[in-house]
Amino acid sequence: MSAMLRALWNYRGFILGSVKREFQSKYRNSLLGAAWTVLNPLAMILVYTVIFAEVMRARLPGVDNGFAYSIYLCAGLLTWGLFAEIIGRGQNVFLENANLLKKLSFPRMCLPVVIILSALLNFAIVFGLFTVFLLVSSNFPGDAFLAMLPLLAILVLFSIGLGITLGVLNVFFRDIGQFFGIFITFWFWLTPIVYPVSALSDGIRDAMVWNPMAALMEGFQQIFIANRWPQWENLWPITLLALFLCVTGLGLFRRHVGEMVDEL
Amino acid sequence: MGSISVSNLGKAYKQYPTRWSRLLEWITPGHKPHHTLRWVLQDVSFSVEPGESVGIVGVNGAGKSTLLKMITGTTQPTTGGVHVNGRIAALLELGMGFHPDFTGRQNVFMAGQLQGLTVRQLMELMPEIERFADIGDYIDQPVRVFSSGMQVRLAFAVATALRPDILIVDEALAVGDAAFQRKCFRRIEEFRAQGTTLLFVSHDVDCVKKLCSKALFLKDGCVAAFGVAKTVCDMYEKALFGGLEGISAGVDIDARLLEPLVDESLMSNCEVAYGDGRAVIEAIWLENERGERANVFGSRGLLVLKYRVRFNEAVGRIAFAFMAKTRDGVALFGMDTSHMPEINGRAFALGDIFIARFELENAFAPGVYYINCGIRDDSADPPVFLHRRVDSVLFRVKSDELTFVKSGVINTVAAFELASA
Repeated sequence: MSAMLRALWNYRGFILGSVKREFQSKYRNSLLGAAWTVLNPLAMILVYTVIFAEVMRARLPGVDNGFAYSIYLCAGLLTWGLFAEIIGRGQNVFLENANLLKKLSFPRMCLPVVIILSALLNFAIVFGLFTVFLLVSSNFPGDAFLAMLPLLAILVLFSIGLGITLGVLNVFFRDIGQFFGIFITFWFWLTPIVYPVSALSDGIRDAMVWNPMAALMEGFQQIFIANRWPQWENLWPITLLALFLCVTGLGLFRRHVGEMVDEL
Repeated sequence: MGSISVSNLGKAYKQYPTRWSRLLEWITPGHKPHHTLRWVLQDVSFSVEPGESVGIVGVNGAGKSTLLKMITGTTQPTTGGVHVNGRIAALLELGMGFHPDFTGRQNVFMAGQLQGLTVRQLMELMPEIERFADIGDYIDQPVRVFSSGMQVRLAFAVATALRPDILIVDEALAVGDAAFQRKCFRRIEEFRAQGTTLLFVSHDVDCVKKLCSKALFLKDGCVAAFGVAKTVCDMYEKALFGGLEGISAGVDIDARLLEPLVDESLMSNCEVAYGDGRAVIEAIWLENERGERANVFGSRGLLVLKYRVRFNEAVGRIAFAFMAKTRDGVALFGMDTSHMPEINGRAFALGDIFIARFELENAFAPGVYYINCGIRDDSADPPVFLHRRVDSVLFRVKSDELTFVKSGVINTVAAFELASA
């Protein structure tokens, strides 16, 4: 483990360089450049807000604030976006970098780290804008905002653990990637992000115990809607699951890294 | 620093009969194997001392690249192990990992960082890299507008920016132009002089002999020979042009190689043959002026090409032909019998067997040459081949005291005089 960390540290130049290049390459040949990083999620938020808040007249029960629903939506959508980006890129990380893996010798763990960092960078940009909006509209949650850090840590751990596990499996069974694309759509709509958990019937609400992301999303939403610190006891399952997935992912990776290069 | 030791190295790829077999293997308790192994490299052992230069020769698919990949660490061995001491720079598939949308300079940084260099080191090395690659303003253009030669130049410049302890060179250099190749070899020589260990893969046997003190000959994934470069290269060529009978790992080969090569199996494995089948060229071989079969000749002297023909139908108006070519397919000398009325007018009957004999002066420069033979029906328009065998015999001309040529493909007796005027 320490050898792995040391190798990663030695390759920090490559990791940071890759993050930078990835960011640049995405917008290299576009006129608006990095503005697209912001425009995409902004459009998505606009669509959801217009449809749910204006067209369908959805209101958050018990909250009397014109922006409440938009804030609720952003708290869930932006963090889910981070989750989905890490997983989506994680499951293809080895396939996409097949050329590098086959021809060059370097610490393979650099690749997931690059994914985490560039996803966090994209997240930081959009989330920074969101924070500015909160400050300007005087909806800033105060010191509960600090709870973002542990929650984000759990989110990143969970998504990269799942991402690497899927990434290794995806090399050998390409169905995994296809399947997970469908799966994550269902997962999104089965998690209270666009709708409040109170909109669910009792039976389904009880079933949310089995959705590890539900508790995490609730944590994020609580911060911004109720300015409340998360209820930590609800977060144990996903934290343990995240650790378990990381260990599984690393184990799978170690056991199959040689075979993986042969398979690519 | 710079030593390599390879012991009992083996590489096998798993093959699954169906796509479901792997899943079955993963999920059944006890992981009962459902695959078969296909070995591409088996039981390879050798060691390289610091500062040594070792050439690796073998036909395509002999396992050279797999071996190199395991030494550099990209592929993991199935059995055995590799111990490498020191920093490796591998010139395998130069330009891999260049991102087409980024400029040459940005790609230099990326490639350098992949080798574990820091940005500061790269900044210091940048002027030297630019100077060596010598691609001018292109360095600040996106790599997608580079020619493939420019990519190789830049990649070579980055990969060798710092002197490595071990340098691994695959046939990557073949891409650049002659001047750049010369430059690359000069750099390789410099590194070698400073103590870098060199592993060099090439199909150019002369190059291996020139550059390397030792050589490793891989055949079908096994070590066929390991030892003095010249000896091993000669064995490789012999195996390439003839058979491999009697060659066993590295023992008792020197005496045999001093003899002229008189292999029975002179067939190359790159032969192409076609024809309408009215006649068959059953055998083709070369003889030296003493009438002995050979495929290695000294300079000058006589070359005798013979082939045996069996006629499956009665035919008339045919020509016997042959052609000698270089490896690149440049035709050097071809002739046929269409101008000889005694051959041209002759009729052949079903079942006739003849031996055609061409005798020519050996004016070929040292190197390897390929021979085509054919029997052509000139009465048809256009003429058709009864049987034609392309690249069916290879021969090699060695350099000796009758070699006058310094460059080119023709060796003729030449003299030089310098008189004061």
